[in-house]
Amino acid sequence: MAKTLFLGDEAVAQAALDAGLSGVYAYPGTPSTEITEFIQNSKQGREGQVHSIWAGNEKTAMESAIGMSYAGKRAMVCMKHVGLNVAADPFMNSSITGANGGLVVVVADDPSMHSSQDEQDSRFFGKFALIPFYEPSNQQEAYDITYAAFEYSEKYHTPVLIRLTTRLSHSRAGVERKEARPQNPLHIEENPKQFILLPANARVHYRTLLGKQEAFENESLNSPFNKYIDGADKKMGIIASGIAYNYLMENFENHQCPYPVLKISQYPLPSKLIAKMVDECETVLVAEEGYPFIEEQVRGILNRTGNIIGRLSGALPRDGELNPNLIAKALGLPDTYGMPIPELVVPRPPALCVGCPHIDSYLAINEAMAEHGKGKVFADIGCYTLGALPPYNAIYTTVDMGASITMAKGAADAGLRPVLAVIGDSTFTHSGMTSLLDCVYENTPVTVMILDNSTTGMTGGQDSHALGVLGEICKGLGVKEEHIHRITPLKKDHEANVELIKKELAYEGVSVIIPTRECIQTLSRRMKKQQAAKKS
Amino acid sequence: MKIDIILAGVGGQGILSIATIVGYAAVKRGMYMKQAEVHGMSQRGGDVQSHFRLSDQEIASDLIPMGKADMIISVEPMESLRYLPWLNPETGWLITNDQPFVNIPNYPDFDQLNAELGKLKNKVVINADQIAKDLGSARSANMVILGAASPYLGIPFEEIEVAVKENFARKGEDVVNTNIACLRAGREFAEKM
Repeated sequence: MAKTLFLGDEAVAQAALDAGLSGVYAYPGTPSTEITEFIQNSKQGREGQVHSIWAGNEKTAMESAIGMSYAGKRAMVCMKHVGLNVAADPFMNSSITGANGGLVVVVADDPSMHSSQDEQDSRFFGKFALIPFYEPSNQQEAYDITYAAFEYSEKYHTPVLIRLTTRLSHSRAGVERKEARPQNPLHIEENPKQFILLPANARVHYRTLLGKQEAFENESLNSPFNKYIDGADKKMGIIASGIAYNYLMENFENHQCPYPVLKISQYPLPSKLIAKMVDECETVLVAEEGYPFIEEQVRGILNRTGNIIGRLSGALPRDGELNPNLIAKALGLPDTYGMPIPELVVPRPPALCVGCPHIDSYLAINEAMAEHGKGKVFADIGCYTLGALPPYNAIYTTVDMGASITMAKGAADAGLRPVLAVIGDSTFTHSGMTSLLDCVYENTPVTVMILDNSTTGMTGGQDSHALGVLGEICKGLGVKEEHIHRITPLKKDHEANVELIKKELAYEGVSVIIPTRECIQTLSRRMKKQQAAKKS
Repeated sequence: MKIDIILAGVGGQGILSIATIVGYAAVKRGMYMKQAEVHGMSQRGGDVQSHFRLSDQEIASDLIPMGKADMIISVEPMESLRYLPWLNPETGWLITNDQPFVNIPNYPDFDQLNAELGKLKNKVVINADQIAKDLGSARSANMVILGAASPYLGIPFEEIEVAVKENFARKGEDVVNTNIACLRAGREFAEKM
């Protein structure tokens, strides 16, 4: 079969479709977004009526996927690494229920934090949940592994995790596809106790899960995705996982490494292969993207022998992405460099787009807050996080989805006045609604501005669950109607908007102001489509 | 044969369509290709780059090692200089638009910027914006740049033309013709140097 060019994300999506996927559940998050978008735009997905509508957040996505698996069909759930924190409760417990229809969790980590607030390594979650997990090294493996993961999940009745990293998610290469398999028929889990995690049941299931661990390791030992490649020079051995394997091989002519190499793409770690390498090599370099997950397990916290090196030993940097040069240095090979960057080159940080509605919101916020001093605006995750940068310098916190409202509440509880929370429409329905409910319950003096641009902007303009219903949601949560306002963030409304914000800041209770204007990116895309439709 | 390219620009300037077109032509020739893109936050008017690798052998790394790139292709002059650490200092070529995209308050002085570009040994510095505008489509500056880079790509020009046609086919004949004209104009500029 001819090769097709796929991003790592797209390879995962195509493989899931070819493996008979019945539903993908996800909330957009860089670098995972393109998996679900690919399925949404796929003819194969549409023809198979594969569910692909965005979920409200990662937790609801995970739960829906567990439900689909319960019903016997193959389900996939996709998220960025911090999304797994949101989905952690159902994720951890899905390892206890196990899976009926194949259940695959795809998590895209973001080492070097290109578009994230931390670089947590999802392999720890795989180990934490005691389930098998994969770490593809290239686009073809992303495809083959996803295809295999559904088989694995059904063979052992367990959810399976696939860990991607930014460079694989967003890098394109040719991929060869397998034959498409039909979807599973509806088939409800036969054991009536399997998905009821009463303690008495859960204890039994947990022991079953513990009992599978040896089989999981055997699968890793015999996996086509893990390879022990012998080398003549035993002075060093290299354990390279995921994409780090490619960076290693880049350093050798015809990709022939003189040292033994253990390539790892499937976990739990195959201890026999690691023992073989540690026994026959003087020093073992562990090259892995993310945390020193393998290195720490292999050397132990006592590091008795001192011959296991990597990110912990300082042979490789403790944080950030790897690249071929960093591996070259760790191997003692000559480093390469082009020319230095001329001094006149200055950083060009991302910025709010020209015409962005958030600009008008921030100009109003800054004017309304000027008399109250700095440090009283709590923000959230989205394009409007860029309000932290000049020329706005408008916000003081960004921690996690929904935290703006609840952090403002905590600060208000501590006595800070007045406090203002800034959150986007999609982030609000993702995780802000319960935060607002907490404020309503206590009638906390907090002004919440829900910047409604009618989309999930930062990730490229996906549909927002909040579309057209924000006022109703706030009313339903108990915010008093006279303190819910829709305003238009436009220059001509600036004075009126500032006055309104000031008025609500003075109110000793919960207010919600909703500046409403469509994202300039989605607007211009919509206009172009309309024009094209008119022409044809 | 192996060619490693850093594509550079500012989010929204269309560097990825250059990669799509060259990638199409390369894959059609049976070459291997890897292309690491930047998505997400940086696309909001920040600096963006793509590591683009072509080879007749299998490619290991998605990222080009520093000092090993054969070419920097940039649609913005300051951005072209940001990736000099990746360019092969002996044999590497820099092909860039000379029209600055100023969306930051501290953008460097244009003359000093041109002086820095002037110091480089192998370069094509071209006013792609003007050429594209004269040909009727200011948005096709990226095709002028691609044309200017085409003599160094190791792919026959006709095959790149076919790839441009394929890429814009669904947008209609006018768009195809404008983009082909821009591509050829860039090519002519580079050949006259």
